[in-house]
Amino acid sequence: MAGLTHPRHWHLTTIRVLSVVAFFVVWELVARIGAINPFLLPRPSLIFDQLQFEFMSGELMREVQGTLLRMFAGYSVAIVIGVPFGVLLARVWPVRWFFDPLLSIALPMPQIAFLPIFILWLGVGDQSKIALIVFTSLFPIVVQTWAGTDSIDKYLVWSAQSLGVSRRALLWQIVLPAAMPQILSGLQIALPIALLSTIVTEMLMGGTGVGGSIINGMRMSDSPELFGGIVTVGVLGFALTKGMDNLRRRLMLWHQESQA
Amino acid sequence: MLWEVAPRAGWINPEMLPSLATVAQAWWLSLVTGELPYHTVASLVNCVAGLAAGVVIGILLGVSMAWHPLLNATVGTLVQMTFPIPRTALVPVMIVWFGLGASSKIAAIFSGCLLPIIVSAYNGARGTDPTLIWSALALGASRRQVLWQVVLPSAIPDAMAGVRTAIAIAFVLMVTSEFLVGGRGLGYLISFTGDAGAYPGMFAAVLTVAMLGFLADRGYLKLMTWMLRWRD
Repeated sequence: MAGLTHPRHWHLTTIRVLSVVAFFVVWELVARIGAINPFLLPRPSLIFDQLQFEFMSGELMREVQGTLLRMFAGYSVAIVIGVPFGVLLARVWPVRWFFDPLLSIALPMPQIAFLPIFILWLGVGDQSKIALIVFTSLFPIVVQTWAGTDSIDKYLVWSAQSLGVSRRALLWQIVLPAAMPQILSGLQIALPIALLSTIVTEMLMGGTGVGGSIINGMRMSDSPELFGGIVTVGVLGFALTKGMDNLRRRLMLWHQESQA
Repeated sequence: MLWEVAPRAGWINPEMLPSLATVAQAWWLSLVTGELPYHTVASLVNCVAGLAAGVVIGILLGVSMAWHPLLNATVGTLVQMTFPIPRTALVPVMIVWFGLGASSKIAAIFSGCLLPIIVSAYNGARGTDPTLIWSALALGASRRQVLWQVVLPSAIPDAMAGVRTAIAIAFVLMVTSEFLVGGRGLGYLISFTGDAGAYPGMFAAVLTVAMLGFLADRGYLKLMTWMLRWRD
């Protein structure tokens, strides 16, 4: 039976590579003979030319830089607020009592809808973009840190306490390292969300960035620019998630999860 | 409490944060005039349409990818290629393809819902207990029967968890596409009242979206536990 058996690996890898190549070749060919409207879907070589042009003119770098700067500004603020807040939620009960209901409402709601409120409060500049990025990427970090801190082995804390550790040392040497895997998971979940909100804010509010380039391409009916932007975002997303995976592997060298 | 008192006492400019009572009033007004229900229905119809298409196609694709290694190597690889693209970036593409109407919003929601459902259905189907398949085959079930009666049902719990993620994404895309496309829907109502300077109305619309997202998630969670009660 073919289904659910062990695949022959080398064989399938070849098919994988071939299917991607075939996809692009077919796309290119179909577009060249004029079977698809080039406005709706420009052929890959055109998109590549566009990207090359934007790269040469330095525009691509400016856009990527703008997007990444905003994203990391928001993301790092979210980490700086989110991790301590998550630890507080797990370890201080009045904080938990007050914020638990608020969090359970705020978590599943579409936080993007708050963008106009941030624009009202902070104006149409980068502040409101960054505020939305913080707001959207904060929740997974808080929740994962909270869950991670909450599930620490009690005996670890107790034995440290009975050995007479100060509260500060307990936090830095026991609680945070023990909660690290889940804190990192929170960061890993939040990263694509931060990228997503960066793109949305740029699409809605303009400004130099990949999202701005995408929306410009749409408005000016410049399909290669539009699709070039999509490709750029895809590459950015890929690089960021891979980078985060690597960072996790580095930081978790001491942990069991790396021993496998 | 803090929210109600702060603008009234003049700590915050009431333009920037209207008091809770003002927002409630605007919400009620919008409800009675039929504005809010109109946009809410428009939003939810798009959401449900995109989500439903995503659920059906996502589960079928995910399960068949787990069933046929060849399909997984071809279609699966192409699907994987689109993983790192934030779904919201595709809204302009959908506008170019489907125009400024409900269809581009639905397509955007569909494209966002598809991935988490494919992945979870795939993982669920891969995780089918092989002894179940062997015993079904030994009892003389055809491959088609095994697929429909063993593999598909055992992929459902995982797929349903994927749908929960998809619902959250659907709401994000619903709002984003309505911000960008306009015309109808709660996202449009938010940007419209915001541009008009009717801030209490804007806060009311934002809170409606937030509440809907919350209720959808909780409601689905209830539905999920109820539907999966046959599991131990």
